[in-house]
Amino acid sequence: MTPVSYYLVLGAVLFAIGVAGVIMRRNLIVIFMSIEIMLNAVNLTLVALGRALGSADGQVMVFFVMTVGAAEAAVGLAIILAAFRNRHTVNADEIGLLRW
Amino acid sequence: MLINLLIDTAKAIVAVLLVLNLSAVLLWFERKGSALIQDRIGANRAAIFGIGRRLGMPNLGVTNTFVADPLKMFTKEDFVPDQADKFLHALAPFLSLFPVLITFAVVPFGDRLIIGSRVIDLQVCQLDAGVLYLLAALGVGVYGAALAGWASNNRWALLGGVRASAQMISYELAMGLAIIAIVMTFGTLDLQDICRQQGSVWFGWLPKWGILYQPLAFLLLFTAGIAETKRIPFDMPEGESELIAGYFTEYSGGKQAAFMLTDFAEVVLVSALVTTFFFGGWQVPYLHPDGLHFPGVGPILLPNLIVALLGVVAFGMKVVFFCWLQILLRWTLPRFRYDQLMYLGWKVLLPLGLLNLAATAVVIVALG
Amino acid sequence: MGVGVFAFLGTLAVISALGVILQRSPVHSLLALVATLLALSGLMIGLGAVAIGFLQAIVYVGAIMVLFLFVIWLLNLQRDPGEPGRLAVKFFGAIAVAALVAELFAFFVRAPMSPMETSSSYGSVDRLADLIFSRYLVAFEVASLMLLVAVVGAVAVARRWPGDEARPNGAVGADRPVLQQARRA
Repeated sequence: MTPVSYYLVLGAVLFAIGVAGVIMRRNLIVIFMSIEIMLNAVNLTLVALGRALGSADGQVMVFFVMTVGAAEAAVGLAIILAAFRNRHTVNADEIGLLRW
Repeated sequence: MLINLLIDTAKAIVAVLLVLNLSAVLLWFERKGSALIQDRIGANRAAIFGIGRRLGMPNLGVTNTFVADPLKMFTKEDFVPDQADKFLHALAPFLSLFPVLITFAVVPFGDRLIIGSRVIDLQVCQLDAGVLYLLAALGVGVYGAALAGWASNNRWALLGGVRASAQMISYELAMGLAIIAIVMTFGTLDLQDICRQQGSVWFGWLPKWGILYQPLAFLLLFTAGIAETKRIPFDMPEGESELIAGYFTEYSGGKQAAFMLTDFAEVVLVSALVTTFFFGGWQVPYLHPDGLHFPGVGPILLPNLIVALLGVVAFGMKVVFFCWLQILLRWTLPRFRYDQLMYLGWKVLLPLGLLNLAATAVVIVALG
Repeated sequence: MGVGVFAFLGTLAVISALGVILQRSPVHSLLALVATLLALSGLMIGLGAVAIGFLQAIVYVGAIMVLFLFVIWLLNLQRDPGEPGRLAVKFFGAIAVAALVAELFAFFVRAPMSPMETSSSYGSVDRLADLIFSRYLVAFEVASLMLLVAVVGAVAVARRWPGDEARPNGAVGADRPVLQQARRA
C-alpha cells in the first residue's frame, strides 16, 4: 500500500503548479485551467485523507467541490466571453478597467 | 495468479475482436442492405478469380468489403494538411475509437462458465460502479470528433467537430437519465447484476425484462444512442451535402478507417447497452443455471457449458437484431435539421427523461 | 494501490499539469488538463473512492472541459504570443511557488499518518449516497439551487442582449453615460 503522505505530497505539487500557472500566465482561459488544477489537487488530498481517517465525509466534500467547480466554470467562462466581446482580448493585463 | 491473468486477457481480446469483427460485418451489411433498400446492386466489383460468377452465384461483395477495401484503405497515402496540428491530427482517430472499445469491458456477454473448480464470469471486468464507468467512457469519447475537427485546420471540419461535440454532450444527458431510471429500477450499478435480475419471471411465464419496467427509458436510450453514433438521422456532424465529410474531411487511409470503425463500434455499443438494460442481456427466457424451466413443463436439465453458450449466443443474436434495426433506420429516415436536433434533445428527450425519473421514483416509493 | 501504479499516475498528473501551464496553445493546455484529470480520477479509484473517481471523469472531463473547449473555439484563440517584459513576475512567482512546494512538502512528509483503512465499502456508491442524502441533505439541496443560479447567471452574462450590436465596437457601457465619463476621466 502507498502511504497517505505520498498522496498529500502529490496534491501539494499539483496545487503549486496551479498557483504557478495563475501567477505566470496572462491568458484568462489558462489561468482558469490552473484554478481547476488547484481544485483537483485539493480533491485528491481530501480523498486520501478520508481514506486515512476511515471516513467517507472527505468524498462528500469532493462531491461538493465538483458541483461548485461546475458552477464556477459556467459563470467564469461566461464572464470571459463577455469580457472578450467588450475588449477583444483574453489577456488579463489588458482587462483593467476597474483597476486604478 | 498467472492463469487468472491469462483468462482475463483472453476475455478482453475475445470481446474486442468480436466487436471489431461485428463492425466489419455491419459495414458489409450496410453496403448490401442499403443497396437492397434503394434498389441498387451495391458492392460487386472485386472477386477472387471470378469463382462465384463461374458457379453462377450473385456477387455478394464479400471480397470487396473484407479484402479489397481494407487493403485500399491501409495502402493509401496518409495525407495531413499543411497547416494542421500534426500531433492532434494523428491522435484524434484513436481518441475517438479507444473510449468506445473500452466501454465493452463492463458489458456482460454471458453468465458464469464453470470449468472444473474455476468459475469464469463472462464479463471482461466485474465492476460495482459499471454504469459510472460507462458514462465516463462515453464522456471521454467526445474529444475524438472535437479534436479531429479542430486539428484539421479546415473550416468544414471544425464546423463538423463543433456540431459533433455539441450533439454528443446534449444527448448524453438524455442517455444518462434513461440509464439512471434503469439503475433505480434494479437498484444496482453493476451491469452483470442488472442482467441477472432480469432472469426471473412474472405470473410464471412473462420474463422480467427491463423493457416491461421502463418502456419510455428504452425509447430514450435508443434514440439518444443513435444520436451518439452520429449516423442518419442525426448525422449533421458529417452531413456530406453541407460539410463535405464533417470532422473527418481531412483524413485518409488508416485514420479514416479508424473513424469508420468507430461509427460501427458505436452501433454495436448502443445495441449491447439496449440489450443489457432492457432485453435481459444474455438471458434466454426460461433458461436457468441448471436448465430449461418451461411453464407447466418439468425442467429439462442442461450442463453448464451448454447454458453458458446459449447465453452468449442469445446475447449475440439480440445485439445483431438491434444493429440490424439501426441500419434499417439509418437508410429509412431523412436527416434532421440542426435546430430540430437540438429541439429533440433538450425540449423533448430531456423533459421526458426527467418525467420518467420522477414517475419511477414515485412508483418505487409507493411499492415500498 | 501499489506504489508502481501510484508513481505512474502521479508522474503523468504532474507532467501533464506542467503541460497545462507551459503550452502556448490553449487547446494543447486543455488536452493536458484532461490528461491530468484522468490521472487524478485513476488515483482516486486506486484509493478506493470508485464513485468519486468516475464522477470526476464524468463531470470534469465529460462536461466542464468540453465547455472550455467550446469557449476556446468561440474566441478563436490561437497560440499565445510570448509574454515579454514579465520576467520579474515570473521570477518572483517561481520563488513563491518553490517556497509553497517546500512548505507543503515539509508539512505533509512529517504528518503522522495512520495506516490506510482497508474497508471495502469505503468508496462505494451506497456509502456516499447514504451520507449525501442524510447528513448532507441540506448542502445537497443548496448545491442544486446554486447550480440553477449559476446556469441562469451564465446565460445572462454571456448572452447577446438586444441592442448589443448597436454599440460602437461593442464597447461596454456605450449607452451608459456614467461609465463613459469614467472612461474619459
